[in-house]
Amino acid sequence: MSHPTRPRPDAAGRSTVVDVTARVNGNTCRLRLDSRVTLLDALRDALDLTGTKKGCDQGACGTCTVLVDGKRVLACLTLAAQCEGREVTTVEGLAGDGGLHPVQEAFIRHDGFQCGYCTPGQIMSAVALLGEGRAGSDEEIREFMSGNLCRCGAYPNIVAAIREVAGSGSK
Amino acid sequence: MQPFEYVRADEADAAIALVGQDPDAQYLAGGTTQLDLMKDGVLEPGRLVDITRLSLRAITSADGALHVGALTTMEELAADPTVAERLPLVREALLAGASPQLRNMATIGGNVMQRTRCRYFRDPTVAACNKRAPGSGCAAVTGAARMHAILGATEHCIAVHASDLCVSLAALDAVVHIRGTRGERSVPLTEFYVVPSKRPDIENVLEHGELITAIEVPVLPVGARSGYLKVRDRASYEFALTSAAAALVIEDGTIATARVALGGVGTIPWRAREAESILTGATASSDAFRSAAEATIQESFTVPGTAFKVELAKRTITRVLQTISGIQP
Repeated sequence: MSHPTRPRPDAAGRSTVVDVTARVNGNTCRLRLDSRVTLLDALRDALDLTGTKKGCDQGACGTCTVLVDGKRVLACLTLAAQCEGREVTTVEGLAGDGGLHPVQEAFIRHDGFQCGYCTPGQIMSAVALLGEGRAGSDEEIREFMSGNLCRCGAYPNIVAAIREVAGSGSK
Repeated sequence: MQPFEYVRADEADAAIALVGQDPDAQYLAGGTTQLDLMKDGVLEPGRLVDITRLSLRAITSADGALHVGALTTMEELAADPTVAERLPLVREALLAGASPQLRNMATIGGNVMQRTRCRYFRDPTVAACNKRAPGSGCAAVTGAARMHAILGATEHCIAVHASDLCVSLAALDAVVHIRGTRGERSVPLTEFYVVPSKRPDIENVLEHGELITAIEVPVLPVGARSGYLKVRDRASYEFALTSAAAALVIEDGTIATARVALGGVGTIPWRAREAESILTGATASSDAFRSAAEATIQESFTVPGTAFKVELAKRTITRVLQTISGIQP
């Protein structure tokens, strides 16, 4: 994406604009952003990837969970500028040509959500959890999913969905 | 959030020069505390120097200690085989902190540098906070203080240092390696932090521009037993009300060496040397553990919201010692 404006200096002569190039769900994205823009706001507002949700915006709820270079992180506490050269995966990047990701299918099958707002974060966190090999028991799943809050209280069904995917040996 | 210039550093000395020459500049690593405080208007740097690409991320072993690069993440350190095998108190403290997402972002250097969770410090609409606005008072002393400190606290500040990891590091005599424009120096973690006294805004011995490059963590001897116990309002993803890290070497029922530190109760990660001196040479028993706990919490500063922590901290110490030694209550 090209942009005609040049970096603007602030009163002290400093640029407060950053150029960022990152891979998002397999696509190369070039953005010129205010340096304050978080990865979360860049995804939602600049790239129209609104699957990633803004909950608390202060690192407490986990609903903005995405993968950066394969690791789950909070997009609300990551500056977009820090993602230069990184590979970002959001919930929109999970489903392949063959249909939904196994974790997405399991969430539907087990009714792992009610209002659905925390669900993209839960699913991204669950996909990472399975990759980390931390779905060995319900207790382990609960501990390592504790960074994702669900105010509807769908936790038992979320655990059941993750346990099913773990048991099937699928990532 | 105030506008700032973002600069990505490729080399440590360049980063140190950039921050050192600019009083308005700060380092940015994992950002999990910093960005949060910038959104809240507590921190307002004019320039952020992103150090996450510097080559300070390796864990190496030498002379009976782990040399942990400051940019190692909490998850990376928790996964280290030596930590898992020889330093259970470090691994347990790491995994008891934050969430997997935050632990993938947060660095070890940043963990050492994290700011307090005191809600009055983190809310600029609260006028009285000696840590944020020196001389303005302390709203927490007469406020909601359940999460606050009883050790190293005064009427000027009762903000807790909220790290779990640093409690274990304090018990182990970890050393902070620092680089600045004038060279390198090393400071024991127990001497790195400054008890608030009348200047709660001064939290540690770092000078502006100095960068933590590594934390040196002595490895416990083979046969040592260690662990970290965190008591909190939720089973996971919550800060400590009280916590304790402990390591014991027990020979024929007698405690040869003891290391104890407390969290959730101190304005700094709290090394419990009184407990250690009582334990050393004593027969390992619940009575000795309780005596050690009593000796640790002698001089406390409590307010109505924190008074419960005196007994809870004693029980936390006793319990972690029972757990690691296998001695039942």
